[in-house]
Amino acid sequence: MTVTAWTASQVARRVIDNEPLFILDVRNDDAFADWKIEGHAFDYLNVPYFDLLDGVEVILPQIPTDKDVLVVCAKEGSSIMVADMLSEAGLDVSYLAGGMKSWSMHIEPLKVGDLAGGGELYQFVRLGKGCLSYMMISDGEAAIIDAVRFTDVFIEFAKQKGVDIKYVFDTHLHADHISGGRHIANETGATYYLPPKDAQDVVFQYAPLEDGLTVQVGNAQLAVGALYSPGHTIGSTSFIVDGRYLLTGDILFIDSIGRPDLAGLAEDWVGDLRETLYTRYRTLADDLIVLPAHFMMIDELNEDGTVSKRLRELFASNHGLNVDDEETFRKMVTDNLPPQPNAYEQIRHVNMGKLTPNDDEQTDMEIGPNRCAVR
Amino acid sequence: MIQSNVQLDVKGLACPMPIVKTKKAMNDVAEGQVLEVQATDSGSVADLAAWSKKSGHQYIGSREQNGVYFHYIRKCSESNERAEQTFERTATNEEALASSAIILDVREAAEFAFGHIPKAKSIPLGELEARLDELNKHEAIYVICRTGTRSDMAAQQLAQAGFTNVFNVLPGMSGYDGELQKDM
Repeated sequence: MTVTAWTASQVARRVIDNEPLFILDVRNDDAFADWKIEGHAFDYLNVPYFDLLDGVEVILPQIPTDKDVLVVCAKEGSSIMVADMLSEAGLDVSYLAGGMKSWSMHIEPLKVGDLAGGGELYQFVRLGKGCLSYMMISDGEAAIIDAVRFTDVFIEFAKQKGVDIKYVFDTHLHADHISGGRHIANETGATYYLPPKDAQDVVFQYAPLEDGLTVQVGNAQLAVGALYSPGHTIGSTSFIVDGRYLLTGDILFIDSIGRPDLAGLAEDWVGDLRETLYTRYRTLADDLIVLPAHFMMIDELNEDGTVSKRLRELFASNHGLNVDDEETFRKMVTDNLPPQPNAYEQIRHVNMGKLTPNDDEQTDMEIGPNRCAVR
Repeated sequence: MIQSNVQLDVKGLACPMPIVKTKKAMNDVAEGQVLEVQATDSGSVADLAAWSKKSGHQYIGSREQNGVYFHYIRKCSESNERAEQTFERTATNEEALASSAIILDVREAAEFAFGHIPKAKSIPLGELEARLDELNKHEAIYVICRTGTRSDMAAQQLAQAGFTNVFNVLPGMSGYDGELQKDM
Protein backbone atom coordinates (compact mmCIF):
# COMPACT_ATOMS: atom_id res chain seq x y z
CA MET A 1 0.00 0.00 0.00
CA THR A 2 1.02 3.62 -0.29
CA VAL A 3 2.97 5.90 2.00
CA THR A 4 2.32 9.64 1.70
CA ALA A 5 4.26 12.54 3.13
CA TRP A 6 2.18 15.15 4.95
CA THR A 7 3.36 18.68 5.60
CA ALA A 8 2.98 20.39 8.95
CA SER A 9 0.55 22.71 7.21
CA GLN A 10 -1.77 19.80 6.34
CA VAL A 11 -1.71 18.64 9.95
CA ALA A 12 -2.41 22.22 11.14
CA ARG A 13 -5.53 22.26 8.95
CA ARG A 14 -6.78 19.12 10.71
CA VAL A 15 -6.23 20.74 14.09
CA ILE A 16 -8.02 23.95 13.16
CA ASP A 17 -10.90 22.22 11.37
CA ASN A 18 -11.35 19.75 14.24
CA GLU A 19 -11.03 16.80 11.92
CA PRO A 20 -10.04 13.35 13.15
CA LEU A 21 -6.57 11.88 12.75
CA PHE A 22 -4.84 8.87 14.25
CA ILE A 23 -1.27 9.70 15.26
CA LEU A 24 1.24 6.91 15.71
CA ASP A 25 4.07 8.68 17.53
CA VAL A 26 7.24 6.59 17.40
CA ARG A 27 9.42 8.77 19.62
CA ASN A 28 10.56 7.84 23.13
CA ASP A 29 7.86 7.56 25.80
CA ASP A 30 9.11 10.58 27.72
CA ALA A 31 9.43 12.77 24.61
CA PHE A 32 5.80 11.93 23.78
CA ALA A 33 4.62 12.55 27.35
CA ASP A 34 6.37 15.92 27.33
CA TRP A 35 5.14 17.23 24.00
CA LYS A 36 2.97 16.01 21.12
CA ILE A 37 0.75 17.24 18.30
CA GLU A 38 -2.47 18.27 20.00
CA GLY A 39 -5.82 18.09 18.23
CA HIS A 40 -9.39 17.97 19.53
CA ALA A 41 -10.37 15.01 17.42
CA PHE A 42 -7.00 13.23 17.41
CA ASP A 43 -6.31 9.75 18.75
CA TYR A 44 -2.83 8.62 19.70
CA LEU A 45 -0.66 5.57 20.01
CA ASN A 46 2.90 5.96 21.26
CA VAL A 47 5.28 3.09 20.53
CA PRO A 48 9.00 3.95 20.20
CA TYR A 49 10.38 2.97 16.79
CA PHE A 50 13.02 0.79 18.37
CA ASP A 51 10.30 -1.48 19.73
CA LEU A 52 9.16 -2.10 16.16
CA LEU A 53 12.48 -3.11 14.58
CA ASP A 54 11.41 -6.76 14.47
CA GLY A 55 8.06 -5.93 12.91
CA VAL A 56 4.86 -3.95 13.30
CA GLU A 57 2.55 -6.98 13.70
CA VAL A 58 2.23 -6.35 17.45
CA ILE A 59 0.58 -2.96 16.93
CA LEU A 60 -1.57 -3.75 13.88
CA PRO A 61 -4.70 -4.49 15.95
CA GLN A 62 -4.44 -1.04 17.55
CA ILE A 63 -4.34 0.86 14.25
CA PRO A 64 -7.74 1.93 12.92
CA THR A 65 -8.69 1.37 9.29
CA ASP A 66 -11.45 3.99 9.21
CA LYS A 67 -9.21 7.00 9.92
CA ASP A 68 -6.17 8.63 8.39
CA VAL A 69 -3.03 7.37 10.11
CA LEU A 70 -0.04 9.68 10.50
CA VAL A 71 3.30 8.36 11.75
CA VAL A 72 5.36 10.98 13.60
CA CYS A 73 8.89 11.06 14.99
CA ALA A 74 11.48 13.68 15.93
CA LYS A 75 12.90 14.44 12.49
CA GLU A 76 11.20 12.00 10.07
CA GLY A 77 13.67 9.12 9.53
CA SER A 78 12.09 6.70 11.99
CA SER A 79 8.55 7.57 10.95
CA ILE A 80 9.40 6.74 7.31
CA MET A 81 10.80 3.39 8.41
CA VAL A 82 7.69 2.54 10.43
CA ALA A 83 5.34 3.88 7.73
CA ASP A 84 7.06 1.64 5.17
CA MET A 85 6.63 -1.35 7.45
CA LEU A 86 2.93 -0.59 7.95
CA SER A 87 2.55 -0.15 4.22
CA GLU A 88 4.07 -3.59 3.62
CA ALA A 89 1.59 -4.94 6.13
CA GLY A 90 -1.20 -3.64 3.88
CA LEU A 91 -2.08 -0.28 5.40
CA ASP A 92 -2.37 3.16 3.78
CA VAL A 93 -0.43 5.51 6.03
CA SER A 94 1.29 8.88 6.00
CA TYR A 95 4.24 10.35 7.83
CA LEU A 96 4.95 13.91 8.92
CA ALA A 97 7.67 15.36 6.69
CA GLY A 98 10.33 16.92 8.90
CA GLY A 99 8.85 15.37 12.03
CA MET A 100 8.23 17.28 15.24
CA LYS A 101 10.98 19.66 14.19
CA SER A 102 8.85 20.94 11.32
CA TRP A 103 5.75 20.90 13.54
CA SER A 104 7.53 23.16 16.01
CA MET A 105 8.36 25.57 13.18
CA HIS A 106 5.01 25.71 11.41
CA ILE A 107 3.05 28.96 11.54
CA GLU A 108 -0.54 29.54 10.41
CA PRO A 109 -1.54 33.19 9.76
CA LEU A 110 -5.21 33.72 10.66
CA LYS A 111 -7.26 36.87 10.40
CA VAL A 112 -8.57 38.12 13.74
CA GLY A 113 -10.62 41.01 12.43
CA ASP A 114 -10.90 44.25 10.51
CA LEU A 115 -9.52 47.52 11.83
CA ALA A 116 -10.80 51.05 11.48
CA GLY A 117 -10.24 52.59 8.07
CA GLY A 118 -9.85 49.32 6.19
CA GLY A 119 -7.01 47.76 8.17
CA GLU A 120 -6.68 44.12 9.19
CA LEU A 121 -5.29 42.31 12.22
CA TYR A 122 -3.66 38.90 11.82
CA GLN A 123 -2.68 36.36 14.42
CA PHE A 124 0.21 34.05 13.51
CA VAL A 125 -0.48 30.79 15.29
CA ARG A 126 2.53 28.56 15.91
CA LEU A 127 0.53 25.48 16.86
CA GLY A 128 3.45 23.25 17.82
CA LYS A 129 4.91 25.69 20.29
CA GLY A 130 1.86 27.66 21.41
CA CYS A 131 3.34 30.98 20.27
CA LEU A 132 1.11 33.77 18.95
CA SER A 133 2.50 36.70 16.97
CA TYR A 134 0.57 39.61 15.49
CA MET A 135 0.63 41.79 12.41
CA MET A 136 -1.63 44.74 11.85
CA ILE A 137 -1.80 46.24 8.40
CA SER A 138 -3.35 49.44 7.26
CA ASP A 139 -3.00 51.62 4.21
CA GLY A 140 0.26 50.10 2.99
CA GLU A 141 1.95 49.90 6.39
CA ALA A 142 2.39 47.16 8.96
CA ALA A 143 3.37 46.71 12.60
CA ILE A 144 4.40 43.37 14.11
CA ILE A 145 4.19 42.33 17.74
CA ASP A 146 6.03 39.40 19.34
CA ALA A 147 7.39 37.89 16.13
CA VAL A 148 8.91 34.41 16.44
CA ARG A 149 12.26 33.64 14.85
CA PHE A 150 11.00 32.62 11.38
CA THR A 151 11.36 36.08 9.96
CA ASP A 152 10.61 35.00 6.38
CA VAL A 153 7.02 34.16 7.29
CA PHE A 154 6.33 37.75 8.36
CA ILE A 155 8.33 39.44 5.62
CA GLU A 156 6.71 37.27 2.93
CA PHE A 157 3.26 37.88 4.35
CA ALA A 158 3.82 41.64 4.31
CA LYS A 159 4.98 41.39 0.69
CA GLN A 160 1.88 39.43 -0.30
CA LYS A 161 -0.28 42.08 1.31
CA GLY A 162 1.74 44.84 -0.32
CA VAL A 163 2.61 46.59 2.95
CA ASP A 164 5.84 48.00 4.41
CA ILE A 165 6.79 46.89 7.91
CA LYS A 166 7.26 50.10 9.88
CA TYR A 167 7.30 48.98 13.50
CA VAL A 168 8.33 45.78 15.24
CA PHE A 169 7.59 45.33 18.95
CA ASP A 170 8.39 42.76 21.59
CA THR A 171 6.10 43.01 24.61
CA HIS A 172 8.96 41.73 26.75
CA LEU A 173 12.27 39.89 26.59
CA HIS A 174 11.07 36.37 25.78
CA ALA A 175 12.42 33.34 27.64
CA ASP A 176 10.59 30.48 25.97
CA HIS A 177 11.20 31.18 22.29
CA ILE A 178 13.67 33.10 20.17
CA SER A 179 12.40 36.47 18.98
CA GLY A 180 12.51 37.41 15.32
CA GLY A 181 11.81 41.05 16.14
CA ARG A 182 15.13 42.78 15.70
CA HIS A 183 16.05 40.64 12.66
CA ILE A 184 12.87 41.66 10.87
CA ALA A 185 13.64 45.28 11.75
CA ASN A 186 17.19 44.90 10.40
CA GLU A 187 15.98 43.40 7.14
CA THR A 188 13.17 45.85 6.50
CA GLY A 189 14.43 49.09 8.04
CA ALA A 190 11.59 49.06 10.57
CA THR A 191 12.05 50.44 14.08
CA TYR A 192 12.45 47.76 16.76
CA TYR A 193 10.94 48.52 20.15
CA LEU A 194 11.70 46.72 23.41
CA PRO A 195 10.78 47.73 27.00
CA PRO A 196 13.92 49.35 28.45
CA LYS A 197 13.47 47.64 31.83
CA ASP A 198 13.80 44.25 30.09
CA ALA A 199 16.64 45.47 27.90
CA GLN A 200 19.33 46.34 30.41
CA ASP A 201 21.61 43.56 29.21
CA VAL A 202 20.92 43.64 25.48
CA VAL A 203 23.85 44.34 23.19
CA PHE A 204 22.00 45.95 20.24
CA GLN A 205 20.25 49.24 19.53
CA TYR A 206 16.52 49.46 20.13
CA ALA A 207 13.84 52.08 20.56
CA PRO A 208 12.37 52.29 24.07
CA LEU A 209 8.87 50.90 24.41
CA GLU A 210 7.46 52.99 27.22
CA ASP A 211 4.11 53.44 28.90
CA GLY A 212 1.81 55.59 26.83
CA LEU A 213 3.83 55.35 23.61
CA THR A 214 1.50 55.71 20.63
CA VAL A 215 2.32 54.99 17.00
CA GLN A 216 0.21 55.36 13.89
CA VAL A 217 0.10 52.54 11.39
CA GLY A 218 -1.03 53.58 7.94
CA ASN A 219 -4.40 55.18 8.22
CA ALA A 220 -4.33 57.90 10.85
CA GLN A 221 -7.25 56.35 12.67
CA LEU A 222 -5.32 53.24 13.65
CA ALA A 223 -3.47 53.87 16.90
CA VAL A 224 -1.30 51.42 18.77
CA GLY A 225 -0.93 52.38 22.42
CA ALA A 226 1.47 50.86 24.94
CA LEU A 227 0.40 50.08 28.49
CA TYR A 228 3.08 49.28 31.06
CA SER A 229 1.99 46.01 32.68
CA PRO A 230 4.85 44.35 34.60
CA GLY A 231 4.71 40.95 36.29
CA HIS A 232 5.87 38.29 33.87
CA THR A 233 8.99 40.40 33.44
CA ILE A 234 9.68 43.78 34.98
CA GLY A 235 9.35 45.49 31.59
CA SER A 236 6.28 43.64 30.25
CA THR A 237 4.09 45.97 28.22
CA SER A 238 0.61 45.44 26.72
CA PHE A 239 -0.85 47.08 23.65
CA ILE A 240 -4.25 48.47 22.85
CA VAL A 241 -4.87 48.35 19.11
CA ASP A 242 -7.58 50.39 17.47
CA GLY A 243 -9.38 50.79 20.81
CA ARG A 244 -10.71 47.25 20.38
CA TYR A 245 -7.93 44.77 21.01
CA LEU A 246 -5.76 44.20 24.09
CA LEU A 247 -2.50 42.43 23.30
CA THR A 248 -1.40 41.09 26.66
CA GLY A 249 1.96 39.50 25.82
CA ASP A 250 2.77 36.92 28.50
CA ILE A 251 0.86 38.65 31.30
CA LEU A 252 -2.62 37.28 30.72
CA PHE A 253 -3.63 34.21 28.72
CA ILE A 254 -7.04 32.76 27.94
CA ASP A 255 -7.05 30.14 30.69
CA SER A 256 -4.04 31.13 32.80
CA ILE A 257 -1.78 34.02 33.78
CA GLY A 258 1.91 34.76 33.26
CA ARG A 259 4.52 33.23 35.53
CA PRO A 260 6.81 35.70 37.27
CA ASP A 261 9.93 33.56 37.69
CA LEU A 262 11.64 33.21 34.30
CA ALA A 263 13.81 36.30 34.39
CA GLY A 264 14.13 36.98 38.08
CA LEU A 265 12.71 35.94 41.40
CA ALA A 266 9.01 35.16 41.50
CA GLU A 267 8.85 36.78 44.94
CA ASP A 268 10.03 40.11 43.57
CA TRP A 269 7.53 40.40 40.75
CA VAL A 270 4.43 38.78 42.14
CA GLY A 271 3.31 42.17 43.46
CA ASP A 272 3.66 43.74 40.01
CA LEU A 273 1.74 40.86 38.46
CA ARG A 274 -1.10 41.31 40.92
CA GLU A 275 -1.15 45.09 40.40
CA THR A 276 -1.33 44.65 36.61
CA LEU A 277 -4.06 41.99 36.62
CA TYR A 278 -6.17 43.25 39.52
CA THR A 279 -5.80 47.03 39.22
CA ARG A 280 -4.46 48.21 35.85
CA TYR A 281 -6.44 45.82 33.66
CA ARG A 282 -9.60 46.50 35.71
CA THR A 283 -9.60 50.11 34.58
CA LEU A 284 -9.80 49.06 30.91
CA ALA A 285 -12.97 48.68 28.89
CA ASP A 286 -14.13 45.10 29.49
CA ASP A 287 -15.25 44.55 25.93
CA LEU A 288 -11.64 44.66 24.69
CA ILE A 289 -10.70 41.49 22.86
CA VAL A 290 -7.74 39.88 24.59
CA LEU A 291 -5.01 38.56 22.29
CA PRO A 292 -2.21 36.84 24.25
CA ALA A 293 1.29 35.87 23.07
CA HIS A 294 0.73 32.21 23.90
CA PHE A 295 -1.78 29.47 24.35
CA MET A 296 -1.14 26.41 26.48
CA MET A 297 -3.80 23.95 25.35
CA ILE A 298 -5.59 23.25 22.14
CA ASP A 299 -8.85 23.86 24.05
CA GLU A 300 -8.04 27.58 23.99
CA LEU A 301 -8.47 27.75 20.21
CA ASN A 302 -11.67 29.31 18.88
CA GLU A 303 -13.65 27.57 16.14
CA ASP A 304 -11.66 29.33 13.44
CA GLY A 305 -8.31 28.46 15.05
CA THR A 306 -7.63 31.90 16.49
CA VAL A 307 -6.98 32.48 20.18
CA SER A 308 -8.94 35.39 21.68
CA LYS A 309 -11.64 36.25 24.19
CA ARG A 310 -13.33 39.35 25.56
CA LEU A 311 -11.67 40.77 28.67
CA ARG A 312 -14.99 40.54 30.47
CA GLU A 313 -15.17 36.80 29.86
CA LEU A 314 -11.68 36.38 31.29
CA PHE A 315 -12.61 38.40 34.38
CA ALA A 316 -15.46 35.94 34.83
CA SER A 317 -13.75 32.64 34.07
CA ASN A 318 -9.95 32.87 34.22
CA HIS A 319 -8.98 31.41 37.58
CA GLY A 320 -5.86 33.61 37.81
CA LEU A 321 -8.06 36.73 37.75
CA ASN A 322 -10.33 35.44 40.49
CA VAL A 323 -8.13 34.91 43.51
CA ASP A 324 -9.37 37.52 45.97
CA ASP A 325 -6.89 36.85 48.73
CA GLU A 326 -3.50 38.39 47.99
CA GLU A 327 -1.59 35.81 50.00
CA THR A 328 -3.31 32.93 48.19
CA PHE A 329 -2.44 34.58 44.89
CA ARG A 330 1.17 35.01 45.97
CA LYS A 331 1.39 31.33 46.88
CA MET A 332 -0.25 30.27 43.62
CA VAL A 333 2.28 32.02 41.41
CA THR A 334 5.37 31.25 43.46
CA ASP A 335 4.85 27.78 44.95
CA ASN A 336 3.36 25.58 42.29
CA LEU A 337 5.16 26.68 39.16
CA PRO A 338 5.38 24.26 36.26
CA PRO A 339 8.83 23.10 35.08
CA GLN A 340 10.78 25.89 33.43
CA PRO A 341 10.88 25.91 29.62
CA ASN A 342 13.68 24.12 27.84
CA ALA A 343 16.92 26.16 27.74
CA TYR A 344 15.15 29.33 28.91
CA GLU A 345 18.34 30.95 30.20
CA GLN A 346 20.08 30.39 26.87
CA ILE A 347 17.04 31.68 24.99
CA ARG A 348 17.08 34.88 27.05
CA HIS A 349 20.74 35.36 26.14
CA VAL A 350 19.96 34.85 22.46
CA ASN A 351 17.23 37.47 22.71
CA MET A 352 19.71 39.84 24.36
CA GLY A 353 22.01 39.38 21.39
CA LYS A 354 24.70 37.75 23.55
CA LEU A 355 24.46 34.31 21.93
CA THR A 356 24.16 33.62 18.20
CA PRO A 357 23.37 29.92 17.78
CA ASN A 358 22.96 28.35 14.34
CA ASP A 359 19.60 27.09 13.06
CA ASP A 360 19.94 23.58 14.46
CA GLU A 361 20.96 24.88 17.86
CA GLN A 362 17.99 27.27 17.85
CA THR A 363 15.68 24.38 17.00
CA ASP A 364 17.04 22.32 19.89
CA MET A 365 16.64 25.22 22.34
CA GLU A 366 13.00 25.63 21.38
CA ILE A 367 12.04 21.95 21.51
CA GLY A 368 9.18 21.20 23.86
CA PRO A 369 5.88 22.73 24.90
CA ASN A 370 5.15 26.26 26.05
CA ARG A 371 5.55 26.84 29.76
CA CYS A 372 5.03 30.54 30.36
CA ALA A 373 1.88 30.29 32.38
CA VAL A 374 0.64 29.40 35.81
CA ARG A 375 -2.87 28.13 36.28
CA MET B 1 39.89 6.02 26.01
CA ILE B 2 37.41 3.69 27.65
CA GLN B 3 37.92 -0.02 27.10
CA SER B 4 35.29 -1.94 25.16
CA ASN B 5 35.07 -5.31 23.43
CA VAL B 6 33.39 -4.31 20.19
CA GLN B 7 33.20 -0.89 18.49
CA LEU B 8 30.49 0.33 16.14
CA ASP B 9 30.81 3.49 14.05
CA VAL B 10 27.49 5.11 13.11
CA LYS B 11 28.81 8.63 12.78
CA GLY B 12 26.92 10.71 10.22
CA LEU B 13 23.86 8.45 10.32
CA ALA B 14 20.48 9.86 11.30
CA CYS B 15 17.73 8.23 13.29
CA PRO B 16 16.70 5.36 13.09
CA MET B 17 20.00 3.96 11.74
CA PRO B 18 22.08 4.27 14.96
CA ILE B 19 19.63 1.99 16.76
CA VAL B 20 19.08 -0.34 13.80
CA LYS B 21 22.85 -0.88 13.49
CA THR B 22 23.36 -1.19 17.24
CA LYS B 23 20.71 -3.87 17.46
CA LYS B 24 22.37 -5.80 14.64
CA ALA B 25 25.87 -5.37 16.10
CA MET B 26 24.67 -6.62 19.47
CA ASN B 27 24.05 -10.06 17.92
CA ASP B 28 27.80 -10.51 17.54
CA VAL B 29 28.71 -9.29 21.03
CA ALA B 30 29.28 -12.00 23.61
CA GLU B 31 27.22 -12.11 26.77
CA GLY B 32 28.58 -9.68 29.36
CA GLN B 33 30.82 -7.85 26.90
CA VAL B 34 30.72 -4.13 26.17
CA LEU B 35 29.79 -2.50 22.88
CA GLU B 36 30.98 1.02 22.14
CA VAL B 37 28.75 3.00 19.73
CA GLN B 38 30.13 6.16 18.15
CA ALA B 39 27.34 8.43 16.93
CA THR B 40 26.87 12.04 15.88
CA ASP B 41 23.04 12.10 16.05
CA SER B 42 22.17 13.84 19.34
CA GLY B 43 18.92 11.85 19.45
CA SER B 44 21.02 8.73 19.98
CA VAL B 45 21.60 9.68 23.62
CA ALA B 46 18.02 9.26 24.78
CA ASP B 47 17.15 6.54 22.25
CA LEU B 48 20.08 4.18 22.96
CA ALA B 49 19.48 4.41 26.70
CA ALA B 50 15.76 3.69 26.26
CA TRP B 51 16.36 0.90 23.75
CA SER B 52 18.93 -0.75 26.04
CA LYS B 53 16.56 -0.69 28.96
CA LYS B 54 13.72 -2.17 26.92
CA SER B 55 15.87 -4.92 25.43
CA GLY B 56 17.40 -5.85 28.78
CA HIS B 57 20.93 -4.68 28.07
CA GLN B 58 22.84 -2.55 30.53
CA TYR B 59 23.34 1.03 29.32
CA ILE B 60 26.54 2.04 31.07
CA GLY B 61 26.71 5.64 29.93
CA SER B 62 27.84 8.02 27.24
CA ARG B 63 30.28 10.86 26.87
CA GLU B 64 30.59 13.49 24.19
CA GLN B 65 33.84 14.56 22.59
CA ASN B 66 34.08 17.04 19.70
CA GLY B 67 30.53 16.39 18.59
CA VAL B 68 30.81 12.59 18.76
CA TYR B 69 28.83 10.64 21.34
CA PHE B 70 30.53 7.51 22.70
CA HIS B 71 27.94 5.13 24.14
CA TYR B 72 28.74 2.04 26.20
CA ILE B 73 26.29 -0.84 26.39
CA ARG B 74 26.86 -4.21 28.08
CA LYS B 75 25.09 -7.18 26.60
CA CYS B 76 22.85 -8.92 29.10
CA SER B 77 20.25 -11.60 28.95
CA GLU B 78 17.80 -12.28 31.70
CA SER B 79 18.92 -15.85 32.38
CA ASN B 80 22.40 -14.65 33.19
CA GLU B 81 21.27 -11.89 35.51
CA ARG B 82 19.11 -14.29 37.46
CA ALA B 83 21.86 -16.85 38.02
CA GLU B 84 21.93 -18.10 41.59
CA GLN B 85 24.53 -16.86 43.98
CA THR B 86 26.18 -19.74 45.78
CA PHE B 87 29.26 -18.35 47.48
CA GLU B 88 28.55 -18.63 51.19
CA ARG B 89 30.57 -15.83 52.70
CA THR B 90 28.73 -12.59 51.92
CA ALA B 91 28.97 -9.06 53.25
CA THR B 92 26.72 -6.04 52.92
CA ASN B 93 27.75 -2.91 51.02
CA GLU B 94 28.08 -1.15 54.40
CA GLU B 95 30.37 -3.81 55.82
CA ALA B 96 32.61 -3.64 52.79
CA LEU B 97 32.80 0.16 52.93
CA ALA B 98 33.51 0.20 56.69
CA SER B 99 36.37 -2.27 56.34
CA SER B 100 39.91 -1.17 55.57
CA ALA B 101 40.33 -4.25 53.37
CA ILE B 102 40.52 -4.13 49.58
CA ILE B 103 37.31 -3.79 47.54
CA LEU B 104 37.74 -5.69 44.29
CA ASP B 105 35.41 -4.44 41.52
CA VAL B 106 35.01 -7.20 38.90
CA ARG B 107 32.72 -5.30 36.52
CA GLU B 108 33.88 -4.44 32.99
CA ALA B 109 36.38 -1.59 32.61
CA ALA B 110 33.77 0.70 31.04
CA GLU B 111 31.36 0.18 33.93
CA PHE B 112 34.20 0.96 36.35
CA ALA B 113 35.15 4.09 34.40
CA PHE B 114 31.60 5.48 34.55
CA GLY B 115 31.52 5.29 38.35
CA HIS B 116 33.12 3.25 41.10
CA ILE B 117 33.75 3.35 44.85
CA PRO B 118 36.80 5.63 45.16
CA LYS B 119 39.05 3.09 46.89
CA ALA B 120 38.01 0.09 44.75
CA LYS B 121 40.48 -1.85 42.58
CA SER B 122 39.36 -2.89 39.10
CA ILE B 123 39.93 -6.38 37.70
CA PRO B 124 37.13 -7.41 35.28
CA LEU B 125 35.88 -10.95 35.88
CA GLY B 126 37.28 -12.16 32.57
CA GLU B 127 40.80 -11.06 33.49
CA LEU B 128 40.79 -12.29 37.07
CA GLU B 129 42.48 -15.64 36.51
CA ALA B 130 45.42 -14.03 34.73
CA ARG B 131 45.84 -11.30 37.31
CA LEU B 132 45.69 -13.24 40.59
CA ASP B 133 49.24 -12.21 41.42
CA GLU B 134 48.00 -8.63 41.98
CA LEU B 135 46.11 -9.85 45.06
CA ASN B 136 47.21 -11.17 48.47
CA LYS B 137 45.88 -14.68 49.28
CA HIS B 138 45.54 -14.13 53.01
CA GLU B 139 44.18 -10.60 53.24
CA ALA B 140 40.46 -9.91 53.33
CA ILE B 141 38.98 -9.15 49.88
CA TYR B 142 35.48 -7.75 49.34
CA VAL B 143 34.39 -8.62 45.81
CA ILE B 144 31.78 -6.38 44.25
CA CYS B 145 29.95 -6.11 40.91
CA ARG B 146 26.62 -4.58 39.88
CA THR B 147 24.14 -7.10 41.32
CA GLY B 148 26.22 -9.79 43.05
CA THR B 149 26.29 -12.38 40.26
CA ARG B 150 29.69 -11.75 38.73
CA SER B 151 31.21 -11.12 42.16
CA ASP B 152 29.83 -14.50 43.24
CA MET B 153 31.68 -16.20 40.38
CA ALA B 154 34.82 -14.19 41.11
CA ALA B 155 34.70 -15.11 44.81
CA GLN B 156 34.44 -18.79 43.87
CA GLN B 157 37.39 -18.48 41.51
CA LEU B 158 39.45 -16.84 44.22
CA ALA B 159 38.53 -19.48 46.80
CA GLN B 160 39.49 -22.27 44.41
CA ALA B 161 42.82 -20.53 43.82
CA GLY B 162 43.54 -20.69 47.55
CA PHE B 163 42.33 -17.28 48.74
CA THR B 164 41.09 -17.71 52.31
CA ASN B 165 39.37 -14.48 53.31
CA VAL B 166 36.98 -13.57 50.49
CA PHE B 167 33.48 -12.00 50.73
CA ASN B 168 30.83 -11.50 48.07
CA VAL B 169 29.36 -8.01 48.56
CA LEU B 170 25.55 -7.77 48.28
CA PRO B 171 23.61 -6.11 46.79
CA GLY B 172 26.61 -4.55 45.04
CA MET B 173 26.93 -1.33 43.05
CA SER B 174 23.22 -1.34 42.16
CA GLY B 175 22.54 -0.59 45.83
CA TYR B 176 25.39 1.90 46.32
CA ASP B 177 24.49 5.58 46.59
CA GLY B 178 27.71 6.94 48.05
CA GLU B 179 30.45 8.95 46.36
CA LEU B 180 31.30 7.76 42.85
CA GLN B 181 34.64 8.29 41.20
CA LYS B 182 34.71 8.51 37.40
CA ASP B 183 37.77 7.81 35.26
CA MET B 184 37.12 9.50 31.90
